Amino acid sequence: MENIIEIENLHFSYASEDEKEAAPEVLKGIDLTIKSGEFVAVLGHNGSGKSTLAKHMNAILLPTSGKVTVDGIDTADEERIFELRQSAGMVFQNPDNQIVSSIVEEDVAFALENLGVPYEEMRRRVDEALKDVGMYEYRMHSPSQLSGGQKQRVAIAGIIAMCPKCIILDEPTAMLDPKGRKEVMATIKRMNREHGITIVLITHYMDEAAQCGRIVVMDKGRTVLDDVPEKVFSQVEKLKSIGLDVPQVTELVWELRKAGYDVPAEIITENDCVEAILKLFE
Amino acid sequence: MAILETEELTYTYSEGTPFEKTAVDHVSLSIEEGEMIGVMGHTGSGKSTLIQHFNGLLKPASGRVLLDGRDIWADKEKIRDVRFQVGLVFQYPEYQIFEETVYKDIAFGPKNMGLDEAEIKRRVLETAHDIGISEELLERSPFELSGGQKRRVAIAGVMAMEPKVLILDEPTAGLDPAGRDKILQHIKNYHRRTKNTILIVSHSMEDIASFADRILVMSKAKLFCFDETVKVFSRAEEIEGIGLDVPQITRVFGVLKRRGLDFGKEVYTVGYAKELLLKALKEKGGLLNC
Repeated sequence: MENIIEIENLHFSYASEDEKEAAPEVLKGIDLTIKSGEFVAVLGHNGSGKSTLAKHMNAILLPTSGKVTVDGIDTADEERIFELRQSAGMVFQNPDNQIVSSIVEEDVAFALENLGVPYEEMRRRVDEALKDVGMYEYRMHSPSQLSGGQKQRVAIAGIIAMCPKCIILDEPTAMLDPKGRKEVMATIKRMNREHGITIVLITHYMDEAAQCGRIVVMDKGRTVLDDVPEKVFSQVEKLKSIGLDVPQVTELVWELRKAGYDVPAEIITENDCVEAILKLFE
Repeated sequence: MAILETEELTYTYSEGTPFEKTAVDHVSLSIEEGEMIGVMGHTGSGKSTLIQHFNGLLKPASGRVLLDGRDIWADKEKIRDVRFQVGLVFQYPEYQIFEETVYKDIAFGPKNMGLDEAEIKRRVLETAHDIGISEELLERSPFELSGGQKRRVAIAGVMAMEPKVLILDEPTAGLDPAGRDKILQHIKNYHRRTKNTILIVSHSMEDIASFADRILVMSKAKLFCFDETVKVFSRAEEIEGIGLDVPQITRVFGVLKRRGLDFGKEVYTVGYAKELLLKALKEKGGLLNC
């Protein structure tokens, strides 16, 4: 499979206010490739650099040194920035900050209008995108009447309407209640499965990361773990030492192993945990 | 003794218009002095409207709110005093910081209460200690602090007013796991020192399970239940039915029970789950050598 995102030796510092002093590096040499169609979670505590990394995938930030290529386009290539942002869309944390129109369908059409997509084509893409995220029946509503989860789905529809190859989501569920979180997770999983869209999900929620195909863990501007969820979460001590957590079932299994019981370390689902415990009591 | 009570509290938004919506519907409850309470309910359940009645930000359409046995609206002139006694910390309180130094920001509330300098100083230092803000930070600008530190400063500002009842609306929203644990730990420190009543609104059952004596659940403008933590979690399926989450570990033990492995107890923390399992395994005598 082709690589959709290629990051080579990426270093980044925010501009220093004091010219004499070098600004601290937020990203300290990241090498990362993401294949087309992957569903990747990026974990890390506040300040680990994960949002800064995400913003490089959409050319909101440009490398201080190193190189980021998305869909074959160098993010530093100003000429092709619009092309790049069509193939890699970004969803942010606060749903209220990314809605621009007073009617749902107009909001979804916003980017298409800017791109000059013909009316018929735009109509079709807006309707399809709204159906994809389950918000079609709300197309004539005002976004202000929607819940946080619904607003995020509208924001996702606005991106899907551009037919992107990749969506980067920066803590899209942080401000939502459990129901809203489930709606958004179900939507992005479907986009990945049915449309083959590559998903990069920045999150603080371990249960969301456990649903992804691959987890990249960041700490102090570096990637420290990069593997399937089972392998990543089995490193309970390492994750705790960098301020992260593991799903409760993984933690329980880890405690049982520490007490000398023979249960598999790589458990991340409730089902597997139930089976492992039942086996102990056989 | 009950510190905060509501009697048939009802509140309707936009009454008399087509947008009329009853957000709190005949809610009666009683909160005891010194309790730590978890408040849950999905978006639109009425929980925010309910807590805004507790310090008189909203006035009931009908029914009453009692603080220390007295109707808070009995004398409208005294509603300001109620706000000193019931402190409300909003979501993302770090956006409300405005003072030049951390010390001044925490001291702002106590100052408005008309306290003398010595008392203000005592309160600032004690709450800063509870919330884990070191003394060196007190003279710094709050805007130089990290997001988590800013949030703790904002919370300390309300704590320093030493309200009889402290209400925090999602104090851990947007924080990473270590940040979440830290904030809850600091709130517990404050509770241990002051013994004041605390209500914490949270979507995270895992968080609520770690501190709450009792849990108040709102659903569709009504009080769904208000009971001891164990008892609320024993109704896991109903809780999930109203769009809330129960801890993962509670779901696992629910399945184990249905599969015939019943521990006869409600489990909602990993620590307790481990304790129960290890005890049961020991009794079974099946420790494997590995």
